[in-house]
Amino acid sequence: MRSGKDRLWPWQLALLAVMLLLWHGLTAREILPSFFFGRPLLVWAVLRQWFASGLIYPHLGVTLLETLLAFVCGTLLGILAGMWLGLSPRLARLLDPYVKAVNAMPRVVLAPIFAMWFGLGVGSKVALGITLVFFGVFFNVLQGIREVSPVVLANARLLGASRAQLLRHVYWPAATSWVFSSLHTSVGMAFVGAVVGEYLGSARGVGYLILQAEGVFDINAVIAGIVVLTVCALLLDALVTRVERRLLVWRPTPASTTLAEPR
Amino acid sequence: MNLSKPTAQPRPGVVALRGVSASFATPHGNFEVVREVDLTLGEGEFLCVVGPTGCGKSTLLNLVAGLLSPSAGTVLIDDEPLTGIHPAVGYLFQADALLPWRDALENVALGLRFRGVPRQEAEAEAHAWLQRVGLAGAARRYPHQLSGGMKKRVALAQVLAVNPRILLMDEPLAALDVQTRAQMENQLLRLWAQDRRSVIFITHDLEEAIALGDRVIVMSAGPSSRPVGSHVIDLPRPREVEEIRMTPRFLELQREIWRQLRREVHAGQDGAGGWPA
Repeated sequence: MRSGKDRLWPWQLALLAVMLLLWHGLTAREILPSFFFGRPLLVWAVLRQWFASGLIYPHLGVTLLETLLAFVCGTLLGILAGMWLGLSPRLARLLDPYVKAVNAMPRVVLAPIFAMWFGLGVGSKVALGITLVFFGVFFNVLQGIREVSPVVLANARLLGASRAQLLRHVYWPAATSWVFSSLHTSVGMAFVGAVVGEYLGSARGVGYLILQAEGVFDINAVIAGIVVLTVCALLLDALVTRVERRLLVWRPTPASTTLAEPR
Repeated sequence: MNLSKPTAQPRPGVVALRGVSASFATPHGNFEVVREVDLTLGEGEFLCVVGPTGCGKSTLLNLVAGLLSPSAGTVLIDDEPLTGIHPAVGYLFQADALLPWRDALENVALGLRFRGVPRQEAEAEAHAWLQRVGLAGAARRYPHQLSGGMKKRVALAQVLAVNPRILLMDEPLAALDVQTRAQMENQLLRLWAQDRRSVIFITHDLEEAIALGDRVIVMSAGPSSRPVGSHVIDLPRPREVEEIRMTPRFLELQREIWRQLRREVHAGQDGAGGWPA
């Protein structure tokens, strides 16, 4: 999408360099106190030390495992619940106020409860991640099921589709296509769940590393942790984009016209 | 030629509507779309239905397709009352009805797959149908990569692939430009001539109805619409739609039917008829 016309990335890199230099200059001369704002070279040193000593890997591994589990479980639960309520409007109407209430609730406050229920390990983070991922997927699937074109549905029925075949060939693809449109948010949410969970109480993970660093006012390590998390989030996002392109070839991209060449 | 007068002993494949009414509940009470419709479709007959906007032409098709239950009367298929969807009935919709997440070939194979035909066999059959509608080269394209005319041809292949004896078409060509439309009309006639399925073809275009049909039914203005005229089209087949439009007999039929249709169109505009807001 962004490739094409003019190449912007040299300018984007230059912008990054300028900002790093500015940061470096301001903190080196203590115009900004380096105790509060850190220093880029020291952050870099922390990062090198983490990766060179291998200290970061178990923590990163735990955070990514929590993200993955929360993402997969939350998405599956969201699809199932969304399809179920989407296909039984009466039940959906009955549960409507409760669904709205749970969705409106700031679910991060559930983290301490999950910590009590599932302990300080991976379980409580996954649980928090699931509550964050679930609703995005759930509402998208519900919408997807409700917006299946009645003509497409009638056509499939007239072509002889049974109830099960309708589910497989019409409802399921309609629902999952909406899941993909919320996939980027879902992955982000799973990641947030993992990190916030770790931050609020854990013995492992990148969130834990950040918490430890904060405890000793090591601002450079805190920023290093944030950099690691940001890079991971960007990589996950790129991965999602690739998966999406493979699985949604049938969907018109906003830029392409109806005359797009066959793939 | 099949002039399809209701025979004493209707043969299989015949659709018959006996005193059929259909109504919808609206906030302002019941809205009756069609009232006491009597209609017979002979076997192998190409029946065209014309009428003013909102006269319940599509409702008629939905009744025969089993998508809608009549509020009174019965729909008979092969002399048996219709309950739900009938496997012998195919329906070509006005709107896009292809699955957007399946390519052209998979879409055409869909009906066969639903009927339990193994994938390879179904796709081979589907390929033959795509060839017949001139789209063999577009088999792997998704609907959004096809033009309006191509989508209609895929939809036609999709319906014909399950080999329905009764084919319902709801203004299938209305959205196409004039040239594509004439092309499609000829293609449709050629395909139909091969096996003479029984067809109910809805259109708002009288010329199209005369060019294609064995018989043209005129519906009265809605609400509570019903057939008010049945005109046998005694034009020879095979027909070329562009040419047949110039023949004296065509123009004569057109004048005759238009006189009746015009009355209904005016009635529809004058009265408070049409669909509820």
